Amino acid sequence: MSHLERTISALQQRFPHGLLGTAEFRGDITLQIDSASLVAVCRYLRDEPTLCYNVLVDIGAVDYSPQEPRFALFYIVCALAQNTRLRLKVLLPGTEPVAPSISGIWPSANWPEREAFDMMGIGFEGHPDLRRILMPADWEGHPHRKDYPLGYEEVQFTFNKREIDARKKYATS
Amino acid sequence: MSQVRELETTVEELKHLFSPRAATGETMLLNLGPQHPSTHGVLRLLLELDGEEVVSCIPDVGFLHTGIEKNMEAKTFLKALVMTDRMDYLNNMGNNLTYCLAIEKLCAIEVPERAQVLRVICAELQRIASHLVWLGTSAIDLNASSILIYCFRDRERIMDLFELIGGQRMMTSYIRPGGVWRDVPAEFPAAVESFLDYLPAKLDDYERLLDKNPIYLARTIDIGIVDGDEALAWGMTGPALRGSGVNFDVRRAMPYSGYENFEFEVPLETGCDVYARYRVRMREFRESIKIIRQGLRLLKPGPFITSDRKFAPPPRAELGRSMEAVIHHFKYWTDGFPAPDGEVYVATESPRGELGCLLAGDGGPNPRRVHFRTPSFNTLQVLSWLSKGYLVADLVAIIGSIDIVLGDVDR
Repeated sequence: MSHLERTISALQQRFPHGLLGTAEFRGDITLQIDSASLVAVCRYLRDEPTLCYNVLVDIGAVDYSPQEPRFALFYIVCALAQNTRLRLKVLLPGTEPVAPSISGIWPSANWPEREAFDMMGIGFEGHPDLRRILMPADWEGHPHRKDYPLGYEEVQFTFNKREIDARKKYATS
Repeated sequence: MSQVRELETTVEELKHLFSPRAATGETMLLNLGPQHPSTHGVLRLLLELDGEEVVSCIPDVGFLHTGIEKNMEAKTFLKALVMTDRMDYLNNMGNNLTYCLAIEKLCAIEVPERAQVLRVICAELQRIASHLVWLGTSAIDLNASSILIYCFRDRERIMDLFELIGGQRMMTSYIRPGGVWRDVPAEFPAAVESFLDYLPAKLDDYERLLDKNPIYLARTIDIGIVDGDEALAWGMTGPALRGSGVNFDVRRAMPYSGYENFEFEVPLETGCDVYARYRVRMREFRESIKIIRQGLRLLKPGPFITSDRKFAPPPRAELGRSMEAVIHHFKYWTDGFPAPDGEVYVATESPRGELGCLLAGDGGPNPRRVHFRTPSFNTLQVLSWLSKGYLVADLVAIIGSIDIVLGDVDR
């Protein structure tokens, strides 16, 4: 039995309600976790001596708008000694998406969670320092959401330079 | 006046990150960057100093944020490729490779043997180029200024090689979904070989320049110590992690693009300090040279891009006589190709660590989401923990040793 299979069966036994399902795509297995039991699952994955998932590789947020639940968080965790990777997926609703923070389990979750907050507007309960990270502190909106416009710069030529200047936003003060 | 007020509000917002002594004025707050040469780009650090000792260090990133991930969603898979070059500007080929591997996994595209070997050669040349820039810049941070010029001179030869195969020095976009853009010219293997013959003696010189320099040793040994478990917990990867004795290299752990066919060693050092990270990279130069030499031997004639016309353009010569080729050509460059609805994650070993790509398709020709797990972003987190208790001058050595690229941090 591979380490991955052992992990899945251990999680199924330990968290019958927290583990909502497993899906396979292109040879990778994704475990869907209930957001309420995410912290317990992560703590179990890290602390259980037979599992030993000691590294959080990444947190990625995806916007499935207009589907509902709208947001998904992908947690990629790794058991270095067993060379096994596991992908956890947490679905979040479109209105007030909030997930529990796992930065208390893996400190490396700190910045990826801040990035998801900044870019997707997903809140993380229990995060020690939830601020914007890439965008300026006073920025409005969350750029990676599908309903956030891409924006562009109008090309100015001599014949329309003033016209565009008049409606262009410039930094004041 | 307004600027002063702005700084005050920032400090107010970040109060929970400083020690209580900052409020009483016992410690000093100092702004380092974003325009400071030792921050390797536009990194701003808010430092709380007790004399010259760092009490807390708060990195402020985002000055180079260009919305690459958002922009990629608005383009077809193919057109988005050119944006990956511009992320980590010292690892252009590696970014292309990661993104193409993600597309290939998402769409189940087979890559021919020759293309895989070419990709490995390009990725390793890029690693040497990136490490040369790192060596030069991190040494000049510690006032070893002559080495920068030597390193940039040697890097220029790799840039010439990339220009030979891709027509561009840096933003090559040479690696494409399904293979590479075009076959390498006949003189390419000899040109690479001559560079590989040239480099080792130079590396020995640079090593002697630094290893026999008491100032360099004093400023790197026992500075910035992070043990293996801490490094893993903070998300460090790549040479910075291997300098702490953790044997993790994506090329070995999850081989991609045929790395399993290459013999190479994963350099490990147990010093856990700035000097150990320097040693790891110096040894990685030699391993990369070994890999490229093997790659040149493995380079057999054959197709350089997949023959599946849905994912690769038809050869130019066919356009004059085959109607199907014209249709494929037109559809490929205008509509692109659809990808299934699903998510994949692939990782490669960039010169800075694990570069991952989480790619989500939505059934159409544009990605639903492209998210890059960039090594610089994740490694930079450790700085606030790592720099505590060291001097400001040591902080500069530490930033150099974790080898961040701000284009990679901010995307």
